[in-house]
Amino acid sequence: MDKFRMMFQFLQSNQESFMNGICGIMALASAQMYSAFEFNCPCMPEYNYTYGIGLLIIPPIWFFLLGFVLNNNVSVLAEEWRRPTGRRTKDPTILRYMFCSITQRSLIAPAVWVSVTLMDGKSFLCAFSVNLDIDRFGNASLVQGMSESERIKLLARIPCKDLFQHQEIRAAASRYIKCISQACGWMFLLMMTFTAFLIRAIRPCFTQAAFLKTKYWSHYIDIERKMFDETCKEHAKSFAKVCIHQYFENISGEMRSFHFRRSSRDGSDDDSEDKKSDEEKLLGIRAQDDMNKVLWNWHTCKPALALRKDE
Amino acid sequence: MERLKLVLQYFQSNSESISNGICIILALVSVKLYTSFDFNCPCLPQYNKLYSLGVMTVPPIILFFLGVLVNRHTGLILCYSCRYLFSAMIQRALLAPMVWILVTLLDGKIFICAFSVSVDPALFQGMCKHTHYLNKYIVFLVKSTFWLGWSILLFLIVLGAMGRLIKPCFDDHATFLQTRYWSNYLDVEQKLFDETCVLHARDFARKCVVQFFEDMREDTVLYLPHPPFITNFREDWEEEEEERLHGITKQEQVDQLLNKWYYSKPELDVTRISHRPKTCVTWEDLIFDLVQCVLGVELDS
Repeated sequence: MDKFRMMFQFLQSNQESFMNGICGIMALASAQMYSAFEFNCPCMPEYNYTYGIGLLIIPPIWFFLLGFVLNNNVSVLAEEWRRPTGRRTKDPTILRYMFCSITQRSLIAPAVWVSVTLMDGKSFLCAFSVNLDIDRFGNASLVQGMSESERIKLLARIPCKDLFQHQEIRAAASRYIKCISQACGWMFLLMMTFTAFLIRAIRPCFTQAAFLKTKYWSHYIDIERKMFDETCKEHAKSFAKVCIHQYFENISGEMRSFHFRRSSRDGSDDDSEDKKSDEEKLLGIRAQDDMNKVLWNWHTCKPALALRKDE
Repeated sequence: MERLKLVLQYFQSNSESISNGICIILALVSVKLYTSFDFNCPCLPQYNKLYSLGVMTVPPIILFFLGVLVNRHTGLILCYSCRYLFSAMIQRALLAPMVWILVTLLDGKIFICAFSVSVDPALFQGMCKHTHYLNKYIVFLVKSTFWLGWSILLFLIVLGAMGRLIKPCFDDHATFLQTRYWSNYLDVEQKLFDETCVLHARDFARKCVVQFFEDMREDTVLYLPHPPFITNFREDWEEEEEERLHGITKQEQVDQLLNKWYYSKPELDVTRISHRPKTCVTWEDLIFDLVQCVLGVELDS
């Protein structure tokens, strides 16, 4: 019982906890990267929107792809998808389950980035400062007599502290946009949490039996792959051992017959009474020249990959 | 039996304490979230009340959903409506939102932002400009929200203490013990089921792979009868290695095996190998042994 529990813990901790750990680390890395990133709004009408919205969208896409890269199950999924049918039918629900679980884990770090960006408000301020109606924040005399393009240029400089002189208008406008940005952030968080709640809490009411089946078989695919690799490794090890042993036997056979002609006949009787000893482990190779020949042969003329059956 | 008891005890103490721990962690996260959140009163008449109301209500809803989500048996509880588990889960999920609301009350910024509009607009501008001019009204607001927060906290603590003291007088303790036992049982049962499924999948995979290797041997190599009386001396390690090789001894055979594994995976059926007798004696071996016994001679293979 204890042994089973330990094994199970090891198996379980290996796959799921490891993935959850990676997921958590990526979320923390996402938050940390945002705080370390030096936000630098260009304060020019043509580039503000691109910079602001680009910063909101492109890093999450990068984190999402990174999540796929770091997840081990992606290769299992790809293999199962491309496998020829053979004697085992393919179940599309298993592929869907694996894809969903990989996607869910990969979505956490992008969600953290988007929430932190929205709560901070700087990207919204940069992107939408040109759309402000400046009359509501201060005296309208500021923009009186300005052409449209000049007004837009002035508004575009609001995100930059050192480029915009009227600090009260700047403070009021940035508060306003930040407030809208925070509201969007909270709504985004609420939506994500509610979706997760629906998936986690409501789905079991409908599809629990099918879910258990797909969970079992998707774990099975991963375990079977590991078992096959393990068995192949063991097989390769045994293959190599026997191959090398036979090679040494061949060579030592040649060596012995060569040395035999030079030494006395009494040695031949010992062969049939070979016992397990250090002598035997030498496999008949005792001279430096012989060893050199063995090593040379191993490189230049490797034996065929065909173990003969002892009869 | 004793081991089972130990295991059950471990699981029993574990699930409740784990749930309580998660609940407390979520409450701490709630406090940290509030302190790191940059409160940003919009300082515009139409938006102040809305913003304050939003900050006071939306995060608690999110925290409540999170509290329900992190419970491992949410699906089971909601679908099978187990009364005790449901009320316990809701109680735990309500802690983090309550903490958020209490912290906002103790802090007071939200109320100043929300109710400053009813004050003289000049003072309102003063607050948003962060001057140190504090009107008596604003001071009153701050103090009252502070005391409101602390009194709510005190009330909740007293309520909880009274509830714990008085409950045994009204509730049937035996029923309570029963419901608590069966709610823990649900937890343990699910854990054991998952454990058994994983172990079963591992055994299934191992047998499937071994069966596949053996099928390959039968397909590609003539099965030579292997007499138990071996004429030449084979060392133990050689026997072991032969077994591990599963009869695949040539490069072409290995290539064929790997090819077949990819293009034509075996069906998910290990009945043959699981019902095989332990000692792998075949008909040929039996007949061979019989003949040798009868004739009293050693035959060559």
